[in-house]
Amino acid sequence: MSHAASLNPDYVDEAGRPIYHPVEEPHHPEGHSTMLGFWIYLMSDCLIFAMLFAVYAVIGANYAAGPAPKDLFDLPLVALNTSMLLLSSITYGFAMLAMVKNRTAQMQIWLAITGVFGLCFLGIELYEFAHLIHLGATPQRSGFLSAFFVLVGTHGLHVTFGCIWLVTLMIQVWRKGLIPANKRRLMCLSLFWHFLDVIWIGVFTFVYLFGMLR
Amino acid sequence: MSIDHIASLIFGRLDWNALPFHEPILVATFAVVVLGGLTTLALITRYKLWGYLWTEWFTTVDHKKIGIMYMILGLVMFLRGFADAIMMRLQQAMAFGGAEGYLNAHHYDQIFTAHGVIMIFFVAMPLITGLMNYLVPLQIGARDVSFPFLNNFSFWMTTAGAVLVMASLFIGEFARTGWLAYPPLSGIGYSPGVGVDYYIWALQIAGVGTTLSGINLIATIVKMRAPGMGLMKMPVFTWTSLCANVLIVASFPVLTAVLALLTADRYIGTNFFTNDFGGNPMMYVNLIWIWGHPEVYILILPLFGVFSEVTSTFSGKKLFGYTSMVYATVVITILSYLVWLHHFFTMGSGASVNSFFGITTMIISIPTGAKLFNWLFTMYRGRIRFELPMMWTVAFMLTFVIGGMTGVMLAVPPADFVLHNSLFLIAHFHNVIIAGVLFGLFAAINFWWPKAFGFKLDKTWGLVSFWCWVVGFWVAFAPLYVLGFMGVTRRMRVFDDPSYQIWFIIAAFGAAIIAVGILAMLIQFAVSIINRDKLRDETGDPWHGRTLEWSTSSPPPNYNFAKTPIIHDSDAWWDMKTRGYERPVDGYKPIHMPANTGAGVILAGLSTVMGFALIWYMWWLAALSFFALIAYAIFHTFNYKRDYYIPAETVQATEDAHTKALAAAAAKG
Repeated sequence: MSHAASLNPDYVDEAGRPIYHPVEEPHHPEGHSTMLGFWIYLMSDCLIFAMLFAVYAVIGANYAAGPAPKDLFDLPLVALNTSMLLLSSITYGFAMLAMVKNRTAQMQIWLAITGVFGLCFLGIELYEFAHLIHLGATPQRSGFLSAFFVLVGTHGLHVTFGCIWLVTLMIQVWRKGLIPANKRRLMCLSLFWHFLDVIWIGVFTFVYLFGMLR
Repeated sequence: MSIDHIASLIFGRLDWNALPFHEPILVATFAVVVLGGLTTLALITRYKLWGYLWTEWFTTVDHKKIGIMYMILGLVMFLRGFADAIMMRLQQAMAFGGAEGYLNAHHYDQIFTAHGVIMIFFVAMPLITGLMNYLVPLQIGARDVSFPFLNNFSFWMTTAGAVLVMASLFIGEFARTGWLAYPPLSGIGYSPGVGVDYYIWALQIAGVGTTLSGINLIATIVKMRAPGMGLMKMPVFTWTSLCANVLIVASFPVLTAVLALLTADRYIGTNFFTNDFGGNPMMYVNLIWIWGHPEVYILILPLFGVFSEVTSTFSGKKLFGYTSMVYATVVITILSYLVWLHHFFTMGSGASVNSFFGITTMIISIPTGAKLFNWLFTMYRGRIRFELPMMWTVAFMLTFVIGGMTGVMLAVPPADFVLHNSLFLIAHFHNVIIAGVLFGLFAAINFWWPKAFGFKLDKTWGLVSFWCWVVGFWVAFAPLYVLGFMGVTRRMRVFDDPSYQIWFIIAAFGAAIIAVGILAMLIQFAVSIINRDKLRDETGDPWHGRTLEWSTSSPPPNYNFAKTPIIHDSDAWWDMKTRGYERPVDGYKPIHMPANTGAGVILAGLSTVMGFALIWYMWWLAALSFFALIAYAIFHTFNYKRDYYIPAETVQATEDAHTKALAAAAAKG
């Protein structure tokens, strides 16, 4: 029984005896699992949004005799806001293309443009929130508005942190250049930024578009 | 502006009334804790250990030391959680026929809540996370985890949560809602105090640590296995750890989200779980059990791995049915998401929904049964050595099976309508958690202690502890099954029917036997440390082990493996030993290692302050610590120098010492 296990054919010497240590140590350079780890993190974050979408699905029609989506949402404004975020994803893509070609200055400009789009998105969202609250459609008003504000607001908070992260990375690139560690970080933020875009497509569709149909 | 107004701007809800001067039990506890704490601090200062603790332990990124710190945290919190348990047993044994017992309702309700919260979040979770941290890199032939700093940060976030729970004992109060804080009871209307807020922030902060540690260990197992270790050659403990961590990452965000919504209800008055304005309290119950059911498998799966390692080691045989064991684990992982509703069949979701969840629940017993048969067949015709880890494993099999069967009973919806929220349920889940998780941890501690510290644990005191625990468990919980059938519900403080009392007295007696078992275990640790020279193991392989961790010295050097091993079999070390592997004694190269950092302590410290400020409505402090947290996290990312090399000479010297020790041990025979 003890010798039943067969040898791993990739690791035997000419005489067919097992090799137990590699000649060259396997190299795990710093950050070798960062992309995998960051993906797993994004999926866990995705689950938080999944929960918030589920909550919206359950209580999103509980208006408690208060305003409904049709009374509140201004689709042209939301469309403008959506375009801000989609454009920011494109410009982040351009920044990544510049990074691959090691064009630091060009990349920084695209990152700055991305950040401006991100801030525009946040500005319009805050305007929308302020407008709703002014109308009396506060998060406390009904289950629907609680679910709406927390879902959209959580996305907005993510974009806010994305903007802070973006500025931080611009400073780090400015100070250290496009060293591997910085490229890795830019790739992570890229994943994060596009991820938020995907989430927003869900928000736009399920909250705003379907909301207007209800 | 009055003085009171200014004070409330600074201190929020916190005032002198928050200190429990009116509760003699708490005052006495507080005195003991303060005296003990001051003595500890004084001793550390007296022997000038602060520097040592800071550089060697608090700031360490070594997965082994972090693992040990997790275990210490879990054991300390276990004493607190057990103190709560014994207070409940005493109260319930006394409060009959008009007697009020010795605990008032306000205190008693906090105790049963704290007991559950502490035992799950701050005992079981740190203990299994510590175990996985310690063992996984060693079992897969790696030198550390994928993200060593994150590992340190995760540990301190877990500790920060524990600190907040402990603070609630003396400053303010803890939740009086039961361990899952169902609304509307946990809403601001019915729980206006700080109790639920302590609960929320302790779990949120610890939850960040748990989620990140889950991500870390998944990445480690996926990315850092030694050459030759395909997925189906991983040790079973590593497999169960992988599944447990997948469950962590796929369920803890749900807890984060649902607690955040409860927080919104409490802090800004939203209507997620309220009874009016379109809220839905049962949504909370659903959501929290979507986390909660996977959570129980997070706890038990790694211990299934432990039992597999222990059974095959002490039976001297390869594990029976390795492949079926792996598939059973994966099937349990998936099924654990499809059963949450069995925690509230009484919600009224109808026959079809209840049947679905009843059947999925029963199906889980199939892979679990397959595991038990695998262990039994591993023992069958094995050369069994009844060392302590094996004894705990046998006790687990005998006891856990009963708990599993009462679980299947509860899975039948009509039966559940009768038994729901009764002491039968309490007996059932203690039957699986104590017999499964705790016995498994005790097996693990006895099994891997010599690896971590270089000497075995004392067997005599281990046996005393073992028998007290196993007997004590049955004496304490068998009466609860009986009481459950008699219709007694959980969380009761006083009883009218005197016929219950005898059963509660027996249960309290059982708890006392368990207390002796715990004491014996502490004595076991102490006696073993005192007699460590007699109990010393120089070989690094005291049990004739099978997996890679036993190929290193005990304790392993900080780089674990001077030369990365190549794996040919799932029992890699056994395979190496039986094929006449010779340990290389020279030709070492410098080893690349992560550098220590204090960032984890600082970030977790700021989180604790922020949590405390939010609990007490000290808004300025909450904002300040939040910005400090963000600023420090950003500052930390400006540090690019996070690694160093251990010179080849140092590796050579360390390995030479081990070579000498091995030779001496071989000469001794």
